[in-house]
Amino acid sequence: MFIENIRIALSGLRANKLRTFLTMLGIIIGIASVIAIMTVGDAMNNSVMESMGSVGANNIEFYVSEDVDADEEVDYSELRPMETSDEISRDMINDLVNKFKNEVSGVVLSESVGTTKVEDDANYANITINGMNLTALEQMKLKMLSGRTLSISDIDNKSKVCLVSDKFVDNMYDGHYSKAIGQPLEVVLDNKYYTYTIVGVYKYDPSVFNDHAVFKKKDVNTQCIIPITTAMQQVRSEEFFFYVTVVAADGYDPDVVASDISNWINKKYYETNDTYCVESYTMKADLDYLKNMVNTIKLAFMAIGAISLLVGGIGVMNIMVVTITERTREIGTRKALGATNGSIRAQFITEAVAICAIGGIIGVATGIGIGQIILKVINVHGMPSLVEITISIIFSMGIGIFFGFYPANKAAKMNPVEALRYE
Amino acid sequence: MPYTTNPIIHTSNIVKSFNIGSENEIEILHGIDLDIYKGEFVSIVGASGSGKSTLMNIIGILDKPTSGTYILDDRDVSEARDKELSAIRNQKIGFVFQTYNLISRTTALANVELPMMYAHINKKKRRERAEMLLEMVGMSDRMDYTPDKLSGGQTQRVAIARALANSPSIILADEPTGALDSVTGHLIMDLFHKLNEENGITIVLITHSKELAEETSKIFTLKDGNIISSRMGRGGSNASTQTTQENNEAQEIKLNKESSQEINLDEESSQEINLDEESSQGITLDKGSLQENNTSSGLKGENYVY
Repeated sequence: MFIENIRIALSGLRANKLRTFLTMLGIIIGIASVIAIMTVGDAMNNSVMESMGSVGANNIEFYVSEDVDADEEVDYSELRPMETSDEISRDMINDLVNKFKNEVSGVVLSESVGTTKVEDDANYANITINGMNLTALEQMKLKMLSGRTLSISDIDNKSKVCLVSDKFVDNMYDGHYSKAIGQPLEVVLDNKYYTYTIVGVYKYDPSVFNDHAVFKKKDVNTQCIIPITTAMQQVRSEEFFFYVTVVAADGYDPDVVASDISNWINKKYYETNDTYCVESYTMKADLDYLKNMVNTIKLAFMAIGAISLLVGGIGVMNIMVVTITERTREIGTRKALGATNGSIRAQFITEAVAICAIGGIIGVATGIGIGQIILKVINVHGMPSLVEITISIIFSMGIGIFFGFYPANKAAKMNPVEALRYE
Repeated sequence: MPYTTNPIIHTSNIVKSFNIGSENEIEILHGIDLDIYKGEFVSIVGASGSGKSTLMNIIGILDKPTSGTYILDDRDVSEARDKELSAIRNQKIGFVFQTYNLISRTTALANVELPMMYAHINKKKRRERAEMLLEMVGMSDRMDYTPDKLSGGQTQRVAIARALANSPSIILADEPTGALDSVTGHLIMDLFHKLNEENGITIVLITHSKELAEETSKIFTLKDGNIISSRMGRGGSNASTQTTQENNEAQEIKLNKESSQEINLDEESSQEINLDEESSQGITLDKGSLQENNTSSGLKGENYVY
């Protein structure tokens, strides 16, 4: 009976192809816009998560800040300028790491030594020298192309070694990694001469450095990474930091760890400090905020899509009312032949659902297409999940049932005598 | 001749009123008593406004009587619920309409299958029986045609096959030849006679045409909501009656005089039909092959949107 109803429904729809299509269009547009928005929204969400995640969702930044109440109006010029003694010392970091062994998986330490141009007879390359500890290096997620990365002994021994990018090797050694490895890198910074031995070549990732604004490909500035200890030795006499990035261990809420550490460090080291304290900042809040924002925008657009679906549904209802009026005689005949009210109702609901289901399927396909075009333009990848597609189609079928019910019920309740007499 | 079984259709004191409770309440049927027995070919005649459509709707349980009892095939259907009524219509009654009322989008075969579909008979059995029935009415070569490609007579044959689908107790034919020219109309009447005589199918013919009614075995005449006479006709295999015939015949003659105006009207309209007859003269009327002229369809040009 169910299959019969589908067949009857399809034959009814075929009889009025143009009208059926126009009615379907409402559903198609509604579903397509919802799917397209969903695709783009999810893809953007993922892309945001990915780019933020690569920076580190588990990172907690601690920085030294003026110890003032947020509500209070403060004349910052009157405050005592920050001194080295106000900053976070190496000892404090060690103490912190020991104290929060479980909660903290590492501390990101990096120190910029300076930006310079390396030259020999014929070639040159722009580099920025950065000192990093192993945690910082890990966060870079570097892909090594040749040689080795920095080791703990490099850090401990303040080794004069460095990692350079493939771009640097392209410029200086015609792209021969093996030639570069073991070679000295000589730089002059602030009238001081430094030399490092190249131990590894990593793959330059433009998205991490965001250094697109160069005229020539050759001029691109890439990082030369040296051990943090080496860098500290060169740029500063003491080991103090204005800010420190700590990585929370997996399974711990970065926000909780952040406030625990802040409380601890302030109590232990800054209680006597008259002006400064340590404050913390986590990516998680930012991520949540961004996520929320993208989701809100997505929901707002989906609501608009849903409204067009509603309009489409009303279109379906309208056309079903027309269909039923047109087919009054048929309804009367079917009743005379023994169709129950239920089977008449089922027949017309099936017809409405068929319009919506076919419209839904076409809409999903159209929506995916439109979504992909938008994603191509904004250069993000994404695809709606099977669950979302299924829900969309079921939802549009639900619209068919909802908006088909009233006309179908009207048909079911027709008086057979009057229906047969209808002209 | 005494009857050994109960009548298939038994109505007693059927009253039907419309607009009940309002100012313009009107009683259409004033207590109809009717007995129709298995195998009979009965006609109910009456002018328009006599209440025959209302009576047909009640016999076909498309409508409920205001009061009175209706027993169809030993079952009191006057108080049955909607769903039961659907099942009874489906199983016990085969409708043949003046306007055919086939579903225009589907083939002849699918149309004949329709009542069996509502009876939840499986696809294969349905198909077999529909093919058999279409063959029986001489439409085996046009099973896959949609109604718009069939002539009026052919369409009515399909409708008759459809009426027979669930082996109903009776066939209720409401002016089945009303939209057909007289030649085609006679072919349809011949088909009814054949079904009645050879297959023993009970047929109730509702018509305003006395001529057609004469072909049947028993004629009930309806006037102003009363059955004013019931008498034997010329045709039918089970021609019989329980009423006192002489009385009725006297009445009938009187009635004929009264309603002769209407008959004249019929004659007028039959002139049109004669035109059609002329155009179909070249066709040999072979009952076996049942060939017809398509252009003579009485409903040609009318648009029935289903």
